[in-house]
Amino acid sequence: MSTLVLLLATGLGLGALYFLVASGLSLIYGLMGVLNFAHGAFLTAGAYGAWWAAENLPGAGDDGFGFVVAATFGVAVGAVFGAVVELVLIRPLYRRHIEQVLVTVGLSLAAVALAQGIFGADPRPFPRPGWTSGTVSLLGASVPTDRFLLMAAAVVVLLALLALLRFTRVGLVIRAGVENRSMVEALGIDVRRTFTLVFALGGAAAALAGVLGSVYLGSVTPGQGTSLLIFAFIVVVIGGLGSITGSAIAAVVVGVTQQLANYYAASGVGDFSVVLLLALVLLTRPQGLSGRPA
Amino acid sequence: MTSPARVPLLRLEDVHVHLGRSHVLQGVTFEVAAGGVTALLGRNGVGKTTTVKAVLGLVPRVGTIELEGRDIARLGTPAVVRLGVGYVPEDREVFSTLTVEENLRLAEQPGGTAAYDRVHELFPELKTRRRQRAGTLSGGQQQMVAIARVLLGENRVLLVDEPTKGLAPKLVTEVAELLERVAETTTVLLVEQNLAVVRRLARDVVVLDAGAVVHTGPADDLLSDPDSAKRLLGVASRRSA
Repeated sequence: MSTLVLLLATGLGLGALYFLVASGLSLIYGLMGVLNFAHGAFLTAGAYGAWWAAENLPGAGDDGFGFVVAATFGVAVGAVFGAVVELVLIRPLYRRHIEQVLVTVGLSLAAVALAQGIFGADPRPFPRPGWTSGTVSLLGASVPTDRFLLMAAAVVVLLALLALLRFTRVGLVIRAGVENRSMVEALGIDVRRTFTLVFALGGAAAALAGVLGSVYLGSVTPGQGTSLLIFAFIVVVIGGLGSITGSAIAAVVVGVTQQLANYYAASGVGDFSVVLLLALVLLTRPQGLSGRPA
Repeated sequence: MTSPARVPLLRLEDVHVHLGRSHVLQGVTFEVAAGGVTALLGRNGVGKTTTVKAVLGLVPRVGTIELEGRDIARLGTPAVVRLGVGYVPEDREVFSTLTVEENLRLAEQPGGTAAYDRVHELFPELKTRRRQRAGTLSGGQQQMVAIARVLLGENRVLLVDEPTKGLAPKLVTEVAELLERVAETTTVLLVEQNLAVVRRLARDVVVLDAGAVVHTGPADDLLSDPDSAKRLLGVASRRSA
């Protein structure tokens, strides 16, 4: 029983990480039709931003409020990076989807190389608050506290995004834009501003995933974003493109499935089972679990 | 040609649109006089909807498009709409996952005053259905939402694309009556296949064929001449509404 609890908690934590990356991806694709292969670069930028801030930024550090400052700095780096990418690289290629894919793939490769050039290819120890190294006793299992940190962050981001979509005009524009972007413009709304905001939000969420993922792993590496991005894409497709709620459900399913398969079948079967799950969903429900945006 | 006494509100001159390899509009030139309804007619696929989209900037276009003398051909769609060009698209295109209320809220212009009183007077049903998802409305109700959206703002000209398409005869009459009331205060460029509706509403007509204008003039002149109607539109003009 305790093993199952531990596996479920770890699966949920992993799912939370996937959701943080997938939420931005899903919104960006849903609204703009952009398959953003550079999304992993936002994650890496956020992680290195927090790592740099913890060591160099006044007031920031590796514990307590200092860690909050470092993490906030990392999230801000991801948001700014996202907005700049949209303004400089994506906007000139508006409605040219193949070129957008090419430029985001190129950026993802360049970002990894740049991070390696600046910080080196080896993993760097990531600052983590002392309490994230502890465990909590739950139904007989000793569950590491960082899992709860990931879950709490994902729930907060999910609720914040749903509130944004449900209760604000920007959210209304996003929901309408996901459904019919041209008609939104035909009502006199400049959707491009919303594009930039969505990229910034996606960048911030991915950067938060970078920070918390590095806490979970204990280190930061240049290729961290790329490896997580693959599973985030799978989550977005399973959840339904453009659906935040769908991404949240899919992230939990993917994370838990991966953990259970890895433990009860064999190590490595988890990744295979996720691909199998993707194929199953595409065959039986191609529009994804949610079947509709937001 | 339109009556020389009236000032052209909207003017298109030598407008071209290429969509992929198709040269859809091939030098479209016409004017829409201020006030009343001008109908844009022609067989299927001649470029009527593309013309409307070209005015709005929803398709890439070249040529001159003027609204009250101001060139709008280089403006993006939101800027054109904010100058007072309202659009009721073919097939309604309401946001099906949003409620009626949200569809209307989306059409509010920042800093502008939304004319909810006018909209609720014209469409009392929308007030009672404000929390219903637009995708669950009937075709006629969705058309109400599509028209109500543009009536919330102040428009110089409304571009209305096939508003009666797919509607039951009773609803066609209702939509025609509604557009008649709207046209009392706002200039309307109407794309319409139903000639009974055109006969009832339009003062002027512009006829397109193969991406170019082949006829302009008073609606009555065209519709009272069965031979011309048959030749230009491919259908006989019927009197019943």
